[in-house]
Amino acid sequence: MGSNMAENHPVGFQWVMEARERGARIFHVDPRFTRTSAMATDHIRIRPGSDIAYLGGLINFILEHGREFREYVTAYTNAPVLIGEDFRDTEDLDGLFSGYDAESGTYDPSSWQYAGMEMHGAAGQRESGVSAAHAAGGGGGRLESGEPPEEDPTLEHPRCVFQLLRKHYRRYTPQFVAETCGCSADQFLDHANALCDASGRERTGAFVYSVGWTQHTVGVQYIRAAAIVQLLLGNMGRPGGGILALRGHASIQGSTDIPTLYNLLPGYLPMPHAERYGDLDGYVAANEQPTGWWGNMRAYMVSLLRAYYGQRATADNDWGFGWLPRIDKDDSAYRTTMAMIDGTVKGFIVAGENPAVGNANGRAHRKALASLDWLVVRDLFEIETAAFWYDSPEVAAGEIRPEDIGTEVFLMPAADHTEKDGSFTNTQRLLQWHHAAVQPKGDCRSELWFYYHLGRLVKERLEDSPLQRDEGFRALTWDYPTHGAHEEPSAEAVLAEINGWDLTTGEPLGGFPQLKDDGTTACGCWIYCGVHAEGVNQAARRKPRWEQEHYTALEWGWAWPANRRILYNRASADRDGRPWSDRKRYVWWDADEGRWTGYDVPDFEVSKPPDYRPSEDARAQDAIAGDHPFVMQGDGRGWLFVPQGVVDGPMPTHYEPAESPGPNPLYRQRANPARQDIEHRTNPENPVPDVPGEGPYPHIATTYRLTEHHTAGGMSRTVAVLSELQPEMFCEVSPALAELEGLEHGGWAVVSTSRAEIETRVMVTHRMAPTEIGGRTVHVIGLPYHWGSRGLVTGGSANDLTGIAMDPNVHIQESKALTCAIRPGRLAGGGGRGAA
Amino acid sequence: MTTERADALAAPHGGNCADGWRTYGDDAQERVGFFTDTSICIGCKACEVACKEWNDVPDDGFAFTGQSYDNTGALGANTWRHVAFIEQDRPVRVPDATPPAPHPPGGDTGAADGFRWLMSSDVCKHCTHAACLDVCPTGSLFRTEYGTVVVQEDICNGCGYCVPACPFGVLDRRERPNASVVKPDGRVHKCTLCYDRLKVGEEPACARACPTDSIQFGELDELRRRADRRLEKLRAEGWADAHLYGRDPHDGVGGFGAFFLLLDRPEVYGLPPDPVVATRHLGEMWRWAAAAAGAVVALVAAVFAGGRR
Amino acid sequence: MSGDRGAARGDAPQSYYGRPIIKPPVWTWEIGAYLFTGGLGGASATLSLAARAAGDHRLARTSLLVGAAADAASLPLLAHDLGRPGRFLNMLRMFKPRSPMSMGSWILAVSGTSSGVAAALEVAGRLPRLKLAAEVAAGLAGPALSTYTGVLLADTAVPAWHEARRELPAVFGMSAAASAGAAATLLLPPADAGPARRLAVAGVIGEGIAMETMERRIGFVGEPYRTGTPGRLARWAKALAGVGALLLGLRGRRSRTASVAGAAMVLAGEVCLRFCVFRAGFDSATDPAYTVRPQRERADARAAAAAGAQEAGPSPEPGRIAPGDGDGAR
Ligand SMILES: Nc1nc2c(c(=O)[nH]1)N[C@H]1C(S)=C(S)[C@@H](COP(=O)(O)OP(=O)(O)OC[C@H]3O[C@@H](n4cnc5c(=O)[nH]c(N)nc54)[C@H](O)[C@@H]3O)O[C@H]1N2
Ligand SMILES: Nc1nc2c(c(=O)[nH]1)N[C@H]1C(S)=C(S)[C@@H](COP(=O)(O)OP(=O)(O)OC[C@H]3O[C@@H](n4cnc5c(=O)[nH]c(N)nc54)[C@H](O)[C@@H]3O)O[C@H]1N2
Ligand code: SF4
Ligand code: SF4
Ligand code: SF4
Ligand code: SF4
Ligand code: SF4
Ligand SMILES: [Mo]
Repeated sequence: MGSNMAENHPVGFQWVMEARERGARIFHVDPRFTRTSAMATDHIRIRPGSDIAYLGGLINFILEHGREFREYVTAYTNAPVLIGEDFRDTEDLDGLFSGYDAESGTYDPSSWQYAGMEMHGAAGQRESGVSAAHAAGGGGGRLESGEPPEEDPTLEHPRCVFQLLRKHYRRYTPQFVAETCGCSADQFLDHANALCDASGRERTGAFVYSVGWTQHTVGVQYIRAAAIVQLLLGNMGRPGGGILALRGHASIQGSTDIPTLYNLLPGYLPMPHAERYGDLDGYVAANEQPTGWWGNMRAYMVSLLRAYYGQRATADNDWGFGWLPRIDKDDSAYRTTMAMIDGTVKGFIVAGENPAVGNANGRAHRKALASLDWLVVRDLFEIETAAFWYDSPEVAAGEIRPEDIGTEVFLMPAADHTEKDGSFTNTQRLLQWHHAAVQPKGDCRSELWFYYHLGRLVKERLEDSPLQRDEGFRALTWDYPTHGAHEEPSAEAVLAEINGWDLTTGEPLGGFPQLKDDGTTACGCWIYCGVHAEGVNQAARRKPRWEQEHYTALEWGWAWPANRRILYNRASADRDGRPWSDRKRYVWWDADEGRWTGYDVPDFEVSKPPDYRPSEDARAQDAIAGDHPFVMQGDGRGWLFVPQGVVDGPMPTHYEPAESPGPNPLYRQRANPARQDIEHRTNPENPVPDVPGEGPYPHIATTYRLTEHHTAGGMSRTVAVLSELQPEMFCEVSPALAELEGLEHGGWAVVSTSRAEIETRVMVTHRMAPTEIGGRTVHVIGLPYHWGSRGLVTGGSANDLTGIAMDPNVHIQESKALTCAIRPGRLAGGGGRGAA
Repeated sequence: MTTERADALAAPHGGNCADGWRTYGDDAQERVGFFTDTSICIGCKACEVACKEWNDVPDDGFAFTGQSYDNTGALGANTWRHVAFIEQDRPVRVPDATPPAPHPPGGDTGAADGFRWLMSSDVCKHCTHAACLDVCPTGSLFRTEYGTVVVQEDICNGCGYCVPACPFGVLDRRERPNASVVKPDGRVHKCTLCYDRLKVGEEPACARACPTDSIQFGELDELRRRADRRLEKLRAEGWADAHLYGRDPHDGVGGFGAFFLLLDRPEVYGLPPDPVVATRHLGEMWRWAAAAAGAVVALVAAVFAGGRR
Repeated sequence: MSGDRGAARGDAPQSYYGRPIIKPPVWTWEIGAYLFTGGLGGASATLSLAARAAGDHRLARTSLLVGAAADAASLPLLAHDLGRPGRFLNMLRMFKPRSPMSMGSWILAVSGTSSGVAAALEVAGRLPRLKLAAEVAAGLAGPALSTYTGVLLADTAVPAWHEARRELPAVFGMSAAASAGAAATLLLPPADAGPARRLAVAGVIGEGIAMETMERRIGFVGEPYRTGTPGRLARWAKALAGVGALLLGLRGRRSRTASVAGAAMVLAGEVCLRFCVFRAGFDSATDPAYTVRPQRERADARAAAAAGAQEAGPSPEPGRIAPGDGDGAR
């Protein structure tokens, strides 16, 4: 669901085809009939933005028909846990959970906590919008012991999570799903039954999603909903199960692990806040999770500081914690864009991104670039983001004149992945090393080269700066060995630093359990600790599957953490450590050896027996019982109900997209109350009609990719043999909509929103079809977003149409569900141009 | 997956094919080819791109055809692999013909009727009896030791005879000056079955790139066995109209070196339903020509009967 | 787009988005012109030889020169159509009976050189023996040169050509004869042009019969000969050649004007005929129906036969070929 795997992850999709050949049923739930649908055994067409209704329907189906994997649910999830008295469900408050603050538009989660659980000042985290737990996508409430205070193993207590779920999803019936999503109840039931049949002891089912799920104002809750389904069915931590997030760019996973995000430090440690927690102790106290692996946060942080500041970081100076940069507000990408327009951000470095085409509301982005004093673009080509000042729809339309733009643009040619050493971290958290095949041409340089030498020069400048603010920079260890004519820094030296050393012996660390908070270990990213164990580049291992003992192929590359291929894999065995079934054996407890063993690296302390019970004052991992597999969580359980860490509610609820075709069938509260809209003159929102399918923007639009191109097109519209395969921007519409709006197949159309208008070629196809919402017909328009004004083939950019409304947890734009209008014909001047 | 097949070329010399095929000389290798199984083609076009990259084939122009996702249109001088896209209001499987599971793809789309999107990667068939090769006056087209049919670009004089001779419309003459051919080229071009790669024991670029193994490269005999097994399986699963195209060594071109598993009639994919190599009737044609020549002679002789006036 | 709106739908399409199944020839007008000049050259050489034998030296000389000129014109036409004219000589790289074009190249080489030599000596009035030898060579090559082009076109996948394989050589042969006759008639006073005139008339009649038989036999696939540009050319061919022949037959003996006019009309008619056949090939290649329908019928018929004669064993089927036949077996 929410993934077009055949088109966007074709190489991985070969295994889905294998599964199909072996008799697996493949359901593709997507608004469009895509190449994936064509390969799937079943395609279920739903309306963009309606997945939580669909998934909620699955949850309700499972609970109403008792299809859950009882033993797994009671033992491994927080289903039995009682929630505090003052929690109120959306069913009680017409679409809001308790704790909502209308004028800040945020939730105070204190009423969502486990009954009888002591709360620690989580407030700071909430306001900064960051906590270790949240950043790690799990964790949360402050349990003082590994065991929640109040539980009901019979799952009968009205306040236990299991019963809360029942109540919350009771109205998500097959009929509700059909009316809200636009599929048929029969299709839904067929899917629901097939999924349940494929789950349990003997079998497992998996979900695959990608940005069809994330790019919504409730994106994180989409995935939470899938997590609930999979936990209820016992499909987590087991082979053939799970929720597979197919990620984007070759190492986009890596760029969140060792983040390019403003609010995170490596390994999902939160970026310290300016005022909140003062010194290191305060920071750890506020952010750590005493039980579970987050209980060692101090060790992770101190080791990181030792990696950053080396000898200069000492116990006396709080390990240099004070030197770290601070955040004081939401500085996420889109906010920064607005700050550029408003003149508070004056300089901008863009590396490996093409926001003028790739980011929602392209016009606003180009306006932002035009408002800067200086702009640095590091790219393989002179992309739209670098050429915006003389080649853009606005310039073409004569709205802006190049001579009026004051931005000074520095275009720096980048070396691509074939021209440099480095690692890719893929969807499976698997690091794979690549070696430079050729030397970069001319002035092209690697990222590593650029930032290393930039840092070196800045350090030289600041060498004897008296300013206190520069101390941190001066304290940085910045001594990577370089080689070659260009003095290219050694990528492997960086990997070694990320892995870390035991500073007493100088030996490389073997894994994150070795990390200490007394300054005797240095580690650049705790979750990657072990990638350079024994001084060997584990990510560079390339032993083929068929030369290895198990299909898990543990000697191919290296997966964080600790080279585990399936997270929480202790759940593949029952409470007593026996495999749930022989077919599905994966990791189990070997009583004779007194250790966990199996096909994968156990995601558990190898010697902790299934019957281990923590003492009252046990901390960190020691506080997790031997039969609780979800070791990152404070209670070692999979969370059906999330007391804290997700800022827009403990249970996913169907909300309409920010720009929905109509009202919310469930509640008066139409869209996610905690969503982040950007009120700015450059970012108007389309009005929402009271009746679906009416108003100035009656149709739903969704944007997506084509196999033939890559994202904002910088790497495909510049390549002839790719450009010819999809030479022009087009929209995909159903024959019914073509009839309605008078669109000609192969002709031209103008698509418009309150942000902009673009022209596209028209593809009338039966792969698209209108959907029924509450008995009204609403049409869906498909828009690939690969085109822009430069390259061998150019065309209208879908992102000129999209607006900026964001998910409150991860600030991703809702580019998968918006409203628009369409008419036959072309734009007067400018707009998108056809193939050139 | 491909690696298991890569060594298909480490074959003993002088091999024979079931259909009486004999490759020539001491260099003779097992006859190799493709089995393209369109039932698992995901239409990613990796084959098309890999072919162009490896063989330095220029682009075919940037035109939006509106023919589903196919914008290169057909095989030609600048497209040696071509992926066809066909959208049909028809389920892949005949409704309840034989067991429900496993379920063939493309199934129900919410529309009352089924819907399917056929994708198929076409290529030169490397015919057992290749018209192009037969008619080539210069010997530029030749039969390699692998039983494949290749144009020698240093000999082809662009007479163009092979172009209408091919019953599949594979070959074409390259004229248009473009990115990689600066001056007009004038010669014909087509799939070489990556002759250069075969020579070094590599499998062809398109097959190497194909993520789902829709394109299977190997020894023809083995491929035919594999195809038969595959067809059996699909038939059992009730796939509509699944059939092998070009597998039969007794068809009009003596079987293809590169054959296919199709899910609809060949013409739907732009392939001829019953191709026959034109030269099959060459003897007959020469006889008719001889007769005609005789008639001319007779006529010329006859006209002198009446004397000079 | 086949089907209603949008991309192709499943309703029994004849082809893929109506695209051609085979490639139309890349040949340009030169080849059409060559079909005429080649035929004219070949038949003229033969006519000349026959005249020589009959002691009609005036006609012999005229046709000899006409033939030499036509052959001489043919070479540049052929060379010019090549994608790589510089590689024209590759045509003689091998002697390949399986390739009508290879054969044709050799025939043209022989005919061209010999008639060229003969013509030169005729004009120079020297080496009579060598001249005679050359004339004989050219005369014998003539019929081949004037008919092989039928095989050249027929030995392709182009339905209108391949299906017409029986008659095409005859059509071209007769047309060549008519052209040769007409050319000589044009250049000679009626008194000396008797045989040439009769040849022109007979050729026109012969070619008419051949065309008719062909179109009747191949039916649907022959449509292109009747429709569009080729159709128009066909009508012109019939009209011009027909009237021309009539004129020659009735008044060609007495009136020089009639003889010249008639001869010119026949020649024009033959040019039209050649281009008619040439163009028809393109049209039949471009419309997939001509490729698909006959093959589909064949395939269905075979399927039916196979279904019918299960136990009777495989019945002899159209469009099949015995293994070992063709180049594959060599
Ligand atoms: N060839 C190619 N491959 C790529 C990329 C590329 O540009 N080209 N990009 C890479 C990157 S950066 C990423 S992030 C991934 C993205 O991979 P995908 O997420 O697969 O990419 P999309 O095509 O954006 O969206 C997938 C599908 O979501 C559907 N969809 C839209 N709205 C909804 C909805 O509300 N619900 C559901 N269930 N589905 C919806 C769309 O119809 C589309 O088919 O692909 C990566 N791979
Ligand atoms: N409407 C809509 N908008 C979307 C999406 C959507 O589905 N719909 N998807 C979103 C998603 S998931 C993503 S990931 C973004 C992608 O959007 P962007 O990341 O803005 O677009 P890309 O074209 O991937 O930009 C990558 C650039 O990096 C350059 N590059 C490649 N290698 C290197 C290198 O080694 N160094 C440097 N410096 N540069 C390099 C390439 O030339 C290219 O120009 O688009 C987002 N925008
Ligand atoms: S582009 Fe790379 S990552 Fe994406 S599917 Fe292809 S091989 Fe995999
Ligand atoms: S398919 Fe055409 S080009 Fe290929 S070998 Fe057969 S005749 Fe020649
Ligand atoms: S065009 Fe080249 S390859 Fe084709 S027949 Fe002529 S010479 Fe041979
Ligand atoms: S075999 Fe080689 S030349 Fe032929 S299509 Fe595949 S890649 Fe291209
Ligand atoms: S690479 Fe394989 S799957 Fe992709 S289009 Fe070609 S044949 Fe189909
Ligand atoms: Mo992405």
